[in-house]
Amino acid sequence: MEFFRVKKDIPFMSYGRLTTAISMITFVLAIFFLATKGLNFGVDFTGGTMIEVNYPHAADLNKIRTTIDGIGLKDATVQNFGTSRDVLIRLPVRAGLTGSQLSDQVIGSLKAVDSTVQMSRIEFVGPQVGDELYEKGSLALLLVIAGIMIYLAMRFEWRFAVAAIIANMHDVIIILGFFAFFQWEFNLTVLAAVLAVLGYSVNESVVVFDRVRENFRKMRKASVTQVIDNAITRTMSRTIITHFSTQLMVLSMLLFGGEVLHNFALALTIGILFGIYSSVLVACPIAMWLGISRANLMSDVEKKEGEKKEPTAEPDPSEFA
Amino acid sequence: MNRYPLWKNIFVVFMILMGLIYTIPNMFGESPAIQVTPAKSTSKVDPALLAQVEQILKQEKIAYDGIYLDARGVKARFANTDTQIKAKDLLQANLSSDYTVALNLLSRSPEWLRSIGARPMYLGLDLRGGVHFLLQVDMKAALDKAAERFVGDFRTALRKERISYAGVTREGQTVQIRFTSASELTKAKKIISNQYPDLTLKDSINGEDMLLSASLNAIEQKRIQEFALKQNIQTLHNRINELGVAEPIIQQQGADRVVVQLPGVQDTAKAKEILGRTATLEIRLVDEEKSDAMTLEKAAQGQAPIGTDAFKDREGSVILVKKNVVLTGDYITDAGPGVNNQTGQSVVNVTLDARGARVFQQVTRENVGKRMAILLIEKGNTEVVTAPVINEEIGGGRVQISGMANTQEATDISLLLRAGALAAPMDIIEERTVGPSMGEENIKRGMHSTLWGFAAIAVFMIIYYVAFGGFSVLALGINLLLLVAVLSMLQATLTLPGLAAVALTLGMAIDANVLINERIREELRSGNTPQASIHIGYDRAWDTILDSNVTTMIAGIALFLFGSGPVKGFAVVHVLGILTSMFSAVVVSRAIVNWVYGSRRKTTHLSIG
Repeated sequence: MEFFRVKKDIPFMSYGRLTTAISMITFVLAIFFLATKGLNFGVDFTGGTMIEVNYPHAADLNKIRTTIDGIGLKDATVQNFGTSRDVLIRLPVRAGLTGSQLSDQVIGSLKAVDSTVQMSRIEFVGPQVGDELYEKGSLALLLVIAGIMIYLAMRFEWRFAVAAIIANMHDVIIILGFFAFFQWEFNLTVLAAVLAVLGYSVNESVVVFDRVRENFRKMRKASVTQVIDNAITRTMSRTIITHFSTQLMVLSMLLFGGEVLHNFALALTIGILFGIYSSVLVACPIAMWLGISRANLMSDVEKKEGEKKEPTAEPDPSEFA
Repeated sequence: MNRYPLWKNIFVVFMILMGLIYTIPNMFGESPAIQVTPAKSTSKVDPALLAQVEQILKQEKIAYDGIYLDARGVKARFANTDTQIKAKDLLQANLSSDYTVALNLLSRSPEWLRSIGARPMYLGLDLRGGVHFLLQVDMKAALDKAAERFVGDFRTALRKERISYAGVTREGQTVQIRFTSASELTKAKKIISNQYPDLTLKDSINGEDMLLSASLNAIEQKRIQEFALKQNIQTLHNRINELGVAEPIIQQQGADRVVVQLPGVQDTAKAKEILGRTATLEIRLVDEEKSDAMTLEKAAQGQAPIGTDAFKDREGSVILVKKNVVLTGDYITDAGPGVNNQTGQSVVNVTLDARGARVFQQVTRENVGKRMAILLIEKGNTEVVTAPVINEEIGGGRVQISGMANTQEATDISLLLRAGALAAPMDIIEERTVGPSMGEENIKRGMHSTLWGFAAIAVFMIIYYVAFGGFSVLALGINLLLLVAVLSMLQATLTLPGLAAVALTLGMAIDANVLINERIREELRSGNTPQASIHIGYDRAWDTILDSNVTTMIAGIALFLFGSGPVKGFAVVHVLGILTSMFSAVVVSRAIVNWVYGSRRKTTHLSIG
């Protein structure tokens, strides 16, 4: 079976204006929602207490709310979590009360009303810990970006590094935009997903760039646009299939992973959907506008070729033929 | 051209074999077990303990599936939880209080696997249930406490040298001594700087008063903080031992934090209570001279006379005690619940160390007929447990504290006293509790998402690439095997995000095979022979695979460095998964392809859809 038996190269680069326009719009929208609505940070980042309880029967949220109001915790949010029997209670940080006292109070009062309630999970994070996490998270993001750029600049050329990272950030911002727009909870696992998308999405750009470099070597007479179009067309099947299989996995997580993995899988899904075009149709036009040419790649390739047959690479199979 | 040299084939087979061996322990499941560990660092873990445990079990005819000794203690496996609990009660009753008996789960994998270090993956708290605490040590309080100690020390030192001083007070972390004459100050300064070289001394004249202030220098401060952290960790160890938790984790994190993980703990409220209590004992004398009704009433409103503190006793009435502390919990070597023979009341029997016993004897001798208050300080609240009249001089360091409400309270208080005091108070700044049923649910969910995802990919790959799809799926399966093996080998903690990383890594790992397969197709289409296509396909794809995986790896490493808790768990699996997937996609899948096609003289057709 083969889905992508494309005879002629698709002129992707002539659509450059269109694809970048679409990207720009989604990108600006994402930034707009991030700025106006902001992210709905989870307890991990803000500090506070999160209590997950479950009942053997459908939970009466109103009764739970009145119970919690009754012990003087007026700013609690009570909502269903996954099923009608699971309830998530969230409490902001309160001065003078430790998280453990707070959770004991809540569980105690719920037990007094309905003894069938079961505690399944409690998370309490102090405000200071949350702040540190925020810092560390941003630092991790910066480090990933810097690391990927340095690697790409070394392996390819700075123009590719810049193009790939812009395309990448585009994916990340759009994921964040979605989380801001729908006010989905942004927690630690979602941050992990976002960073994983950074690493994953850059894969796509690298595969295409790799082919562009190879094409510059083989297609001596072709123009830059032709070279890029050919590279994208030839790798298109791989791009789509890879995304498809990764999405299969993520979909399985979305369906069977339960509530805890739900937002994680959601972030990955958005990352994969946008990554499928951004890493190709955003990265390549940018690289082109930055002025990649045979000249600035070839010298690099020749240099790299010299070192290539070294231990980092898989031993040349012809040696064993 | 598509043949691996013998060593390479052997290497691939060897890796798969190792993968199998180290994955197997995960298949056996776990059986209920009992773990006997020493409660004190002085108690030994030796074959004698093993023999003792064995003998106790045999005597009562409790059947066990296996019993062995490891670095931490004796472990015994049982057929079901009923026998396990019976055995626990029995062992607890028969072993001395030097040992802690805890319920545990142990792998059912056979002895020979354990002996080569093949153990199942270590499950994180979110997969097996339990509590995680992050505790912050209040370093300011530790320094204050240290300064407070100097106040007493200075008094003693100056009195001994017969230097007259007007008073010693503590201002924050600085201790100030007031003098009336400059010559006394100079003498005192010399003595103190001799005895306490780590203090920074400064003298100043404030009107009539001549002040000598002593403060801790930076090195000493650091030493005190480190000591406080160490002592707190030790105290936590003692307290947790009393809880009887199998495999607790108590670790320092950063300069002033401690992580405590208690797997399988059900009664989290109890655990928190034991951990969070900063109970110490203080013995002070009741200030009899000032204890008239008027002063007591004033004291109840917060106006205690100078040199005294007002505390409430159990009945709620106010007692005035002197500020000077006779003894603290630091001098206690042992404490246990008991019953007073004459009154039948619950009491706590306390044993003091040599120095404490000496001080106690002297104080009781000098104050016969007066009252002595025993204060219990918990979380900043001080309560007078009892304030008996001293009838006679008490020597030998054995003290009985009466006034306990019941045996339970006597047990709790003696536990706290025995476990020692915390050098500085601690606050829980992060807490994560996962119920055990939730843990099982999480494992099931994680497993299901991985398996269904894997199945979906396998079906798709085989339909799309036929035989080559099959090779890729086989390589992917070996990747999973290797990943589980590596995780088991390293005993990395597997968490739910870790399970998610396994799934994600598998999804991404297929990328390498897709790259190779697509390349082979492309080469076939451009007119190469099948054998050459395979060769070029693998060869060319390698560069791309390397580049794309290194970038993913960079992200994984950053996550590992800056992530905490669940994110770190995700990162470990992610990074390891990239390594195993590169190996399995490139080397293993090639070995399979070589094995199928490499030996054929003439291959006219590749089954690649």
